[in-house]
Amino acid sequence: MDDRPALRDELLTAVQAASSVDDLERIRISALGKKGRITALMKNLGQMDPEVRREAGAALNVLKDEVAAALDARKAALADAELDARLAAERVDVTLPPRPETEGSIHPISQTIDEIVAIFGEMGFAVAEGPDIEDDWYNFTALNIPPEHPARQEMDTFYLPGHLPGHLPGHLPGERDGRRMVLRTHTSPVQIRTMLKTPPPLRVIAPGRTYRCDSDATHSPMFHQVEGLVVDESTHMGHLKGCLIEFCRTFFAVDDLPVRFRASYFPFTEPSAEVDIGCTRKDGAFRIGHGDDWLEILGCGMVNPKVLDNCGIDSGRYQGFAFGMGIERIAMLKYGIPDLRTFFDSDLRWLRHYGFRALAVPSLVTGLAP
Amino acid sequence: MKFTLSWLKDHLDTDASAADLAETLTMIGLELEALVDRTADFRDLVVADVVAARPHPDADKLQVCTVTTGTTTVEVVCGAPNARAGMKGVFAPVGARIAGTGDVLRKARIRGVESQGMLLSEREMGLSDEHTGIVELPEDATAGASAAEAMGLADPLIDIAITPNRGDCLGVRGVARDLAAAGKGSLKPLDTRAVPGAFPSPLGVTLAFDEGAADACPYFVGRTIRGIRNGESPEWLQRRLISVGLRPISAVVDITNFMTLDLCRPLHAFDADRVRGDRLTVRSARPGERLVALNGQDYALEPGMTVIADAVEPEALGGVMGGERTACTGDTTTVFLESAWFDPVRTAATGRSLGLASDARYRFERGIDPAFLVDGLEIATRLVLACCGGEASELVVAGAEPAWRRTITLDPARIAALGGVAVATEDIVRILEGLGCAVTTAADGRLGVEPPSWRGDIVGEACLVEEVLRIHGYDRVPVVPLDRDTPLPQPALNPGQRRRNLARRLLAQRGLTEVVTFSFLSRDDAARFGGGAEPLRLVNPISADLDVMRPSILPNLIAAVGRNADRGFPDGALFEVGPVYHGDRPEDQRMTAAVVRSGRTGPRHWAAAPRPVDVFDAKADALAVLAALDVATTAVTVSADAPGWFHPGRSGTLRLGPHQVLGRFGEVHPRVLRAMGVAGPVAALELDLDAVPPAKVRPGGATRPPLALSPLQPVERDFAFVVGSDVAAADVVRAVREADPLVTSVGVFDVFAGESLGPGRKSLAVTVSIQPRERTLREADLDAIAARIVDRVAARCGGTLRS
Repeated sequence: MDDRPALRDELLTAVQAASSVDDLERIRISALGKKGRITALMKNLGQMDPEVRREAGAALNVLKDEVAAALDARKAALADAELDARLAAERVDVTLPPRPETEGSIHPISQTIDEIVAIFGEMGFAVAEGPDIEDDWYNFTALNIPPEHPARQEMDTFYLPGHLPGHLPGHLPGERDGRRMVLRTHTSPVQIRTMLKTPPPLRVIAPGRTYRCDSDATHSPMFHQVEGLVVDESTHMGHLKGCLIEFCRTFFAVDDLPVRFRASYFPFTEPSAEVDIGCTRKDGAFRIGHGDDWLEILGCGMVNPKVLDNCGIDSGRYQGFAFGMGIERIAMLKYGIPDLRTFFDSDLRWLRHYGFRALAVPSLVTGLAP
Repeated sequence: MKFTLSWLKDHLDTDASAADLAETLTMIGLELEALVDRTADFRDLVVADVVAARPHPDADKLQVCTVTTGTTTVEVVCGAPNARAGMKGVFAPVGARIAGTGDVLRKARIRGVESQGMLLSEREMGLSDEHTGIVELPEDATAGASAAEAMGLADPLIDIAITPNRGDCLGVRGVARDLAAAGKGSLKPLDTRAVPGAFPSPLGVTLAFDEGAADACPYFVGRTIRGIRNGESPEWLQRRLISVGLRPISAVVDITNFMTLDLCRPLHAFDADRVRGDRLTVRSARPGERLVALNGQDYALEPGMTVIADAVEPEALGGVMGGERTACTGDTTTVFLESAWFDPVRTAATGRSLGLASDARYRFERGIDPAFLVDGLEIATRLVLACCGGEASELVVAGAEPAWRRTITLDPARIAALGGVAVATEDIVRILEGLGCAVTTAADGRLGVEPPSWRGDIVGEACLVEEVLRIHGYDRVPVVPLDRDTPLPQPALNPGQRRRNLARRLLAQRGLTEVVTFSFLSRDDAARFGGGAEPLRLVNPISADLDVMRPSILPNLIAAVGRNADRGFPDGALFEVGPVYHGDRPEDQRMTAAVVRSGRTGPRHWAAAPRPVDVFDAKADALAVLAALDVATTAVTVSADAPGWFHPGRSGTLRLGPHQVLGRFGEVHPRVLRAMGVAGPVAALELDLDAVPPAKVRPGGATRPPLALSPLQPVERDFAFVVGSDVAAADVVRAVREADPLVTSVGVFDVFAGESLGPGRKSLAVTVSIQPRERTLREADLDAIAARIVDRVAARCGGTLRS
């Protein structure tokens, strides 16, 4: 009597019908466990004729493997189904917002200064600095703006009470005597500090805060300028033009931006020039680039020999150029910011709109514009 | 500086258009502010002679006129009844734009006759509605000339900015001279013939200055003109003044104003009959003297101010303004004209201290021509005689012309060396002579240049280079690239500057918004944050809110938070990297990074509830910045001794070593917030970036010790210590870290205080990382380390293991 086919059918059917891992385990024990039915049949083999035993043993082994395989397969299928069910239960609404991370920003003034430094840095300029609270020797006298010079009167200077006693004329550079403390009206005193400290050749820019006691729609009592200074034995007006044209075109990212130099006057440069860039103004719209109009953006010139002399630099041997421009002004032009006063308002809406991403570090390698 | 084109042409013989002249002015340093040119509409219109007029063969009301512009003769069909041979009209050639209609005129065939242009009516010119006939021009109009000019419509107004060095261009003639030098025409000669004096001036002049002050007025010329009738000035003069926005007053006054604007020669006219005594004395004002000036204001004068006094009192402030009492009126019959030279410095100081601005002061303080006193006076005299009649006296002269002659050596090669463009010597000479310089050439090729009397600003070789270059044209300087002066690129930023940028970018990346606020703030805000010392108070603040240099950035940031809250944005995280001021010396200015976080940590969110900001938000920012600046944060100590504007129990000071303060952080004191009208909480941080030691830069790069990777796994052990509630967590952590060399890190994962511990006690739970070095640690080894940790905490902090 051979009941193996029936047993096989019964076991395989049960395996297929099992609905859980536990059911499968019960079936495994009932078939293949120590007292399992297949195990029992295996035990019976010993009592058989060797002839019969070999054949029955082989058949039983086949059955055993088949049932074990069915159990494994069913178990894997059940596990898959269980995982699928769990994952289905874990479904979330992925359109929900993630945990918030506030986004910060860099102020347009900082960004613009970084851009300026990137451009001039590439031309070999280093960044120089000086204090905001200057004395009038650095801010005026050394720059060839003597006390009653009309240019000094036009500067709208903020004064501080500090005033060191002493006789003004004839003092030596570096002395503090007889000078009135002022808030620097331009970054030009950094020229003086640099030349007094470092012998030529010099190539520096000096961005920083500047102050004038004037406040209306187009003036702020505090604003920013960047100064530039080159001193060596051979730099002339052609280099000045080359340097500033390159700056303007790089900064405004217009390869063939028209740039013109026209005569002007600053006490600390001679010859002096103002620099205009080409633009269009049409129907209230303003665009930098080609056009029939000009827009002034900076002042410059060859360093006045008197200024070199004031700093103890031999004006018979050394010469160079200097320039200065308003940072807010060029930021307004480049980024279309309409109102100067809003720069210092700390209005979060403005800062989010005009600010820059933290990682948008200007560089000529990666490109200036974020 | 305003003038019209026709006024300019009194001095400049030129064919250039107003636009062309304006462009040149801008390029040579006399920058155009505005050009109001009404002639643009009439540009194409010229004066034409109507040579013949015959009836149109096919139309009753039309005529065929032969018109000539001198160079071309054409036929036009015209419907105007007044068109006739012999008249002069306004001719629009084919291609002209007709302002009245906006159309461009084309060749037309009108009833079989070709019309090659048009004679215009006023309506067609866009001038009026008059259309009954064509415009008839005066007999003396020249065919081919501008019709607008012939009609007096062509006088563009030019407004230019004059830089402080160019006082000579505060007269129309100076502007004309520069234009002539720049090749835009030729300067017309000036008639400076002397008017013979008919009688000695009954008024004399004495210069009476103390020793050392004679340069206040070294030279004074005057004359009496008697028997005048000071009525209205003639129409041409009134038109000149009106064209630049001045109101005509009376002939004498108008003449002095005209002399100021035309020749930059400010004059004063006294009503000589009102001067007491027989002489005017030019001297320094005496204490207590006063003057009611022409503007009606009463001024208290001070010694050092130059006055012109009669026998009784000052009658004018030299170089600034005349007095009301001796002013010329319609009744004036005798005037004394003053043409003097006043010291620029004193004139400026006087005007400034009295707050008195005038056209005269503006010119004197920039320096007027010291050699033009007599010539100017003669020209003015002739104008007075012409306009008012009368009889001029002989000149009265006091003092002498101030020395102004000087010779500057110019090496022609200097133009190229400094200016970057080679200019031929003959061109250099031509330009300088055109500007009024006398030029001589030395044997070695150098030029001896004597600047003219009106160019006190030219003092050195560089000035001459500038003069040559600006007239030659800056646009003719070839562009040369600026070569690097070092073979290797140098960093543009020094370590301190780089540090600021890092701090800035890091804080922005941490979700903070950068602001830039004023360096000054109100006295109250300064005082609240430890500042407001006398040397840092502005003498002339723009407003009382902005009168002290800031001792801290925090008040500005807190105020900004308040303003944003008022706009509906109460949760803000702001920072600024900028200067603070502890004194008025350069070393007192410190570069600071300041942070303020206010309200809650973020918006309400379905998965992450926001919480109010606290001291640890500020501390996290501080440590993040310091880490970004390569400061080993394990070397930074924190103590609870922040200044009074912080919450006394929720704030701290960061130090490097025992003394070096790096910064302060904490929650801002609620009293400070209340005083500033800001709702809390606000967590704040201020780091002194200048106090952060710079990272060491070594040539060859920043080498690091070799990396030793242990094959052995680290082991973690947790401990809970009960300590006194005033024991600093940092001390417990340090005790644990220092207990055994294998301890590599210590974290605090729980802080608990409760009844179960008893009063004055708290529990600190720490997790300790232990890194085996030579061999795997056995249980006994770990127990030994744990025992050392427990002993150390007990000894240092009085802590016991929590049971």
